[in-house]
Amino acid sequence: MASLQGLIGGVLIGLSAVLLMASLGRIAGISGILSGLLWGRPDGDTAWRLTFLLGLVSGPWLVMLIGGGLGNVADSAEAVIGAPVGGVGTMLVAGLLVGLGTGVGSGCTSGHGVCGMARLSPRSLAATLTFVVVAMATVYITRHLVGGMP
Amino acid sequence: MKALLGYLAGLLFGLGLTIGGMTDPARVIGFLDVAGDWDPTLIFVLGGAVVTTFLGYRLAWRRGVPWLVPRFALPTRRDLDVRLLGGAALFGVGWGLSGYCPGPAVASIAGLSAPLAAMLVAMAAGWWLARRV
Repeated sequence: MASLQGLIGGVLIGLSAVLLMASLGRIAGISGILSGLLWGRPDGDTAWRLTFLLGLVSGPWLVMLIGGGLGNVADSAEAVIGAPVGGVGTMLVAGLLVGLGTGVGSGCTSGHGVCGMARLSPRSLAATLTFVVVAMATVYITRHLVGGMP
Repeated sequence: MKALLGYLAGLLFGLGLTIGGMTDPARVIGFLDVAGDWDPTLIFVLGGAVVTTFLGYRLAWRRGVPWLVPRFALPTRRDLDVRLLGGAALFGVGWGLSGYCPGPAVASIAGLSAPLAAMLVAMAAGWWLARRV
């Protein structure tokens, strides 16, 4: 079941990327859209970036209102959004690395992983391989070598 | 009209993340934890998204111009550099520590907790810093 729902979720994310390309000619890269909204100079892109953010937040919220039966996270509304896996300290470090890394590396799982790979971009392929392998190594070190952390 | 399309695209993205289980960081960690109780869900989400986007992009490009703006804005660089790979590596460490990449972290605001708030504020600070290095 989880794999089927994963596939459906993936197709919806793909449709989102296609809609943004077909209408606004843009890559659906979350880090680029939000970093531009927060720290870029206000311009012709500000309005759609803001409504994209609202849409992104209302997706899970809608599933919670329906009751959570759509999600493969859980069958109860409260569990549609899973709990963070670490405390405030871990998340501060992780958040800074995610922001800095996706900013300097010009993309995240959506911009490089979905849109860039679909464009067959060599930069996005290299970036995606790098962050997946490094993330797997990080989980291996924190969960199996150090233990108990984070 | 651009704002409406932006909302629809964001909503589809948020629904996709949720239905695919990506708003649960434990499930993402389950994918990254290859030496543990491995959870393949993320492969299906990423695979479904890449194949749909691959096909849909080609349909969109065939028309020559987007619906609402004069031209497509596509990255043109093809070279690999230190910023790209170094940035991706830093992101990988943060992703592995938290199970959050930017989309799911932001989409999860409806379930806000202190650790998630810390994640979001630090991520915004990271984006600010990235524009200055």
